[in-house]
Amino acid sequence: MTETITAVPYDEAIARYEPLIGLETHVELGTITKMFCGCPAAFGAEPNAAVCPVCLGLPGSLPVTNRSAIEYTIRIGLALNCSIASWCRFARKNYFYPDMPKDYQISQYDEPLCTDGWLDIVVDGIDFRVGIERVHMEEDTGKSLHVGGATGRIHGADYSLVDYNRSGIPLVEVVTKPVPGTGTLAPVVARAYVTELREVLRALGVSDVRMEEGSLRCDVNTSLAPRGASQWGTRTETKNVNSLRSVERAVRSEIERQAAVLDAGGRVIQETRHFHEESGLTTSGRSKEEAQDYRYFPEPDLVPVAPAAEWVEQLRATLPELPSARRARLQAEWGLSDLDMTALGNAGALDLVADTVTAGATPADARKWWLGELSRHANESGTELAALAVTPAQVARIAAIVASGALNDTLARQVLEGVLAGQGSPDEIVAARGLAVVSDDATLLAAIDAAIAAHQDVAAKIRNGKAAAAGALVGAVMKATRGQADAARVRELILERLGQAYPLRDP
Amino acid sequence: MDSELTRMTAAGIAALVAAGEVSAVEVAAAHLDRIEAVDERVHAFLHVAADSALRAARAIDDRRAAGQPLGPLAGVPLALKDVFTTTDMPTTCGSRILEGWRPPYDATVTGRLRRAGIVILGKANMDEFAMGSSTENSAFGPSRNPWDLSRVPGGSSGGSSAAVAAFEAPLAIGTDTGGSIRQPGAVTGIVGVKPTYGGSSRYGVVAFASSLDTPGPLARTVLDAALLHEAMSGHDPCDSTSVDAPVPPVVAAARQADVSGLRIGVVTELNGEGYQPGVITRFTEAVELLESMGAKVTEVSCPHFGYALPAYYLIAPSECSSNLARFDAMRYGLRVGDDGTRSAEEVMSLTRAAGFGAEVKRRIILGTYALSSGYYDAYYGKAQQVRTLITRDFEKAFEQVDVLVSPATPTTAFPIGERADDPMAMYLADLCTIPSNLAGNAAISVPCGLAPEDGLPVGLQVMAPVLADDRMYRVAAAVEAALGQRRGHPLLDEANGLGEARPGQEGRR
Amino acid sequence: MSITREEVAHLARLSRLALSADELDRFAGQLDVIIAAVARVQEVAADGIPPTTHAVPVTNVFREDIIVPPLGAGVVLDQAPAAEQGRFRVPRILAED
Repeated sequence: MTETITAVPYDEAIARYEPLIGLETHVELGTITKMFCGCPAAFGAEPNAAVCPVCLGLPGSLPVTNRSAIEYTIRIGLALNCSIASWCRFARKNYFYPDMPKDYQISQYDEPLCTDGWLDIVVDGIDFRVGIERVHMEEDTGKSLHVGGATGRIHGADYSLVDYNRSGIPLVEVVTKPVPGTGTLAPVVARAYVTELREVLRALGVSDVRMEEGSLRCDVNTSLAPRGASQWGTRTETKNVNSLRSVERAVRSEIERQAAVLDAGGRVIQETRHFHEESGLTTSGRSKEEAQDYRYFPEPDLVPVAPAAEWVEQLRATLPELPSARRARLQAEWGLSDLDMTALGNAGALDLVADTVTAGATPADARKWWLGELSRHANESGTELAALAVTPAQVARIAAIVASGALNDTLARQVLEGVLAGQGSPDEIVAARGLAVVSDDATLLAAIDAAIAAHQDVAAKIRNGKAAAAGALVGAVMKATRGQADAARVRELILERLGQAYPLRDP
Repeated sequence: MDSELTRMTAAGIAALVAAGEVSAVEVAAAHLDRIEAVDERVHAFLHVAADSALRAARAIDDRRAAGQPLGPLAGVPLALKDVFTTTDMPTTCGSRILEGWRPPYDATVTGRLRRAGIVILGKANMDEFAMGSSTENSAFGPSRNPWDLSRVPGGSSGGSSAAVAAFEAPLAIGTDTGGSIRQPGAVTGIVGVKPTYGGSSRYGVVAFASSLDTPGPLARTVLDAALLHEAMSGHDPCDSTSVDAPVPPVVAAARQADVSGLRIGVVTELNGEGYQPGVITRFTEAVELLESMGAKVTEVSCPHFGYALPAYYLIAPSECSSNLARFDAMRYGLRVGDDGTRSAEEVMSLTRAAGFGAEVKRRIILGTYALSSGYYDAYYGKAQQVRTLITRDFEKAFEQVDVLVSPATPTTAFPIGERADDPMAMYLADLCTIPSNLAGNAAISVPCGLAPEDGLPVGLQVMAPVLADDRMYRVAAAVEAALGQRRGHPLLDEANGLGEARPGQEGRR
Repeated sequence: MSITREEVAHLARLSRLALSADELDRFAGQLDVIIAAVARVQEVAADGIPPTTHAVPVTNVFREDIIVPPLGAGVVLDQAPAAEQGRFRVPRILAED
C-alpha cells in the first residue's frame, strides 16, 4: 500500500492535537525451561535442537505449566503494584501460522494473572503514573527465515525455514492503560516507561531484557484527538519497535502521520502498523480480507491457576529494592542533584557507580571515572559502559591507589588503559610498568629548572605574578617525567622557584 | 490349542504364562494367526506389528525364565486404538492426514502397557480422529461387527471392540469422548469402560475433545477390563488434568461381584421413546436381575440429560476445531499442493481439505462457528452451563443412589451405510453415554443379552460417581456372573458373523 | 437459527479448509440441521449457572523448572514434509497481520 500523505512537523501536530499513548510490552522470561515443557529456554541452540513433542505441538502432546514462570509473572505483577488474581485460566488464541506449531497460542484472555497496577516515571522533572491494565502469560512462537526474493524478508520470499527453538518460551505481556496528558512529551514518556519497565524487570531478575535479541519487544498504541475534543481518536498499533530509541521515534512518527491524515480531513484507520528502523517511519500492515476472529476459549489441557494468598505474600517477600526506590536512596546517600542522577541514568552508569561505591570508592570518584574517562572510551568504541572490559571493583581499586597518593590521575589513566586492554589487574599493571608518582623534590627540581631554562618567557610571566602561566611549565615537567610526577607538587615547586607565594590558584 | 488360546480370558492367559504352561510367544503367535485368518473380513486393525509383538512376548518369556516377577497381565496380547502414539508403529487416527506418521514418543498409556508386559499386537481401526459411532469415518475403511459383518462394530473405538469380539485380542484400549468405548462395547457384546476423567492419562492420545477424552479398556469379561484398567491408569505428571489419586480398587470390586444392599437408580430420561424395544426388554430384565440379587432399585430423574447431546455436539466440535488445527502440513503428515508457487496458507487449506474426511470437516466447521465471536455465548458458553447442570443432576442422583443404570445404546448395531449420510441419526448412538463424559464420572457397559428382534447384543450401562469406578465394576461383574450362569456359556459364543458360533458349549474361563 | 452457504464458506476459510462447491452445498444443509438441533441448549434456564470447562475440578498443577532432554533436530525433522538447513521448510508465508 502506498501512502502519499506528507507528515506534519511534530510541533505543529502537537499544537493542534492531543496524543494518547499505550504500550504493550512482551518480555521473554529467563526461566531455565520453556513455559509448558522441559526444553531448555536458553538462546542460541542449533536450530530445532531444543524442541520436544510439546513445544513442537506434536499430536497427543500436552502442556504442563512451569511453576517458575508463574512465580516470575506474579513477581512482575507485584512490582507493578498489580492485584494478583485468586483464580485464572489460560485460553487458546486460535489462528493459523506456520511458526506456531499448534496453530493456536496458549495465552490468557479475559482472566489475566495480574491486573490494575501502575508504574511511576519522571520525565523532565514531571511525574507520570502509567497505569498497568494487565500482566498476562503466553508462549512464544518459532522463528522463520525467509529464503529467496531480493531482501530475505517475508515479502517476495520463495519459501521459509522454521526453527521452533523459541516456540514455547514463556512470555509475559505487560499492557498499560492509555496514558493521557503527556502532550508534547508523549514520545519521551513512552521511552521512559519502557526504560523504567526494563529496569524493574532487570532488578527482578526475571528476564535479560535485551531488546536487540528480542527478549523485550514493544507494540506502541497511538491516537490523536483535536485539542479540546471530548473523545479520543482512533488508535493504531505499531509493531516491530525493538529499541528504546525506536519507541520514541515510532510515537513521534505516528503523531506526525496521523496529524497529516486528520489535517487532510481523513480518518485514522484502526490498524496494525510496522516501524522501520532505517526510515523511522511506520507503514500499514497487510489489510485483511476478513477481520481476525481468534475464537478464544479456556484451554482444556491446563487446569486453573489459583495462587493462594500465602504464596503471593511469599513471593512479595522476595521482591528486591525496586529501581525508583533505589535511585532515591542512592541519590540521598550520594548527595546528588536530580540533574546528576538523570545524567547517571542516561549514561547507564547507575549500577556501575553503585557497584564501584560498594567496592570502596567514594561516590564522587566513582562518578568521575564512569562519566569521564570510561564514558569517553565507551563512546569511542561504540559500546555501552557496562560492556567495557573493566569491573567496578577494578575502578574502585584504581581510585584507591590514586587516593593513597601512589598514582596521579595521569598515571591512573594509563593503568585504566592497561586494564581495558586486558593486561591484568590495576595492581599488576602498576607493578609491570613501574608506575609511581615521583615525589622526590630533588628529581623534580632538576626537571623544573630544565623547564624554566627552556621556557624563559613563561618563567618571566610567572615572576611578574601571572601564576596562570604555570600550567605550561607543569606540562613540560610532566612530559619530562613521563607523567610520573605529582602535578600539584610540581606546580607548588615551580611557583616557589619563581618567587610566587603559595598557595596561588588559577583564575 | 491355538484357537483355544484366542478364546481365553486375559486373566486366564496371564495365569498360564506365569505358570509357564504356555509361552507368551505362543500366545502372541496364536493371536497373530487369528488376525491373519479373520481380519481381512473384520478389519479391526490398521497396522499389525507381528515382529514387535513377538519380540515383546519373547522378552516376557525371558523374564519369566530369569525368575523375574511378572505383572498380572504379562504376556497378554492387546489391540491399541490408533489414537495412541507408538514409537514403533505408525499412528494415523484413521486419517489420511497422518498416514505413515511415526511419532517420536510413546503415549503414557503405551508405555504403561509395555512395562506391564502386555503385548501390543497392532493398532486398531477407528473413526477418523475418534469422531463417529461406527468406524465408517475411518479413512481406511470400516471395521465389521463379528456378530454380523454387514453391521457396524460401533465407534469410534470400533476396531478395538471388533478385535476383542472376534477373538483377535483378549484386550483392547480405546478412548471414550462421548461413548466411544461403551457404545462399541455394547454393540459387539463385550465390556467397555470409561474411567473417571483424569483417571487415565491423555498424554500421547491424539486429542479430539480434550475436556472429554478418556482412555479406557475393552475386554470380554469384567475382570479382564478391571485388570487392564488398573494396569493403564494412575497419575501422570505429563497430563495436567490427570487426577493425583490412587486408582480405585476396580479389580477387587470385579472379584467381589456383589450388589446386595447397593442402591441402584434407573435414569428416567434414558429410557422409552426412540429406544429399540429389544434393548428395553433386556435392560429391564437386567434391572430385575439386580433387584433379585439384593440391590435396592429406584427410579431417579436427571432432568437435564435431555440436553446432553446438544451440549456435547457444541463442546466436542469446538475443542476439536482447535485441537485439529495443528494438522497444517508444515511439520509432519500429509502435504498437498506445495508446487513452489502456492503460499503456506493455500497449502494448509488444500492439505486439510484433502486429508480430512467429511465428518471431521463438518465438526471443525461447527466448532469454529460455535466459538466465533458473536456466537460464543449462545453456543459454547451455553453448552458449558448445561454441562454444569448435568453434573449437578449426577451429584443429586448420587446422593440418593450408589450407581445409576441405563441402556448403553438406544439400539443394537446398525447396518453399515444406514446412517452414513445422516449425521444427526449417527449422533443419536451416543445418547446414553454422553452425560458421563460431560460430568467426567465413570461408566461401564456390560453385555446383558441379545435383543429378541435381531439377536444382537445389548449393553447395560452402569454409571458411578467421580473416582468411584470400583462401584460400577461390582455391579457389572454381578450382572455378568448371573447372566452367564443363566446362559451357561459366554455370550460371545453365540456370535456368528464369522460362522463360528458355538452355542451349547460350556463356557470356559 | 440457520446457517447460510456463505457463512459456511467463511467458516471454512477461517478453519483452512479448501472445500469444493459440492461440499459447501452439502455441509450447509447438514450444518443447518445440526445447528438447529444443538441450539436446544438455549432452551435451558441457565441464568447464574457457572460454566464447566474441566470435568474434574483441579487447580495449580505445575512442573518444576527442570530441563528434560529435548528430542533432537534429527528426530523431529525426520517426519517433516520438507526440511533444509536443520529447519522445517514451508511454503512462502503471507505476512502476518
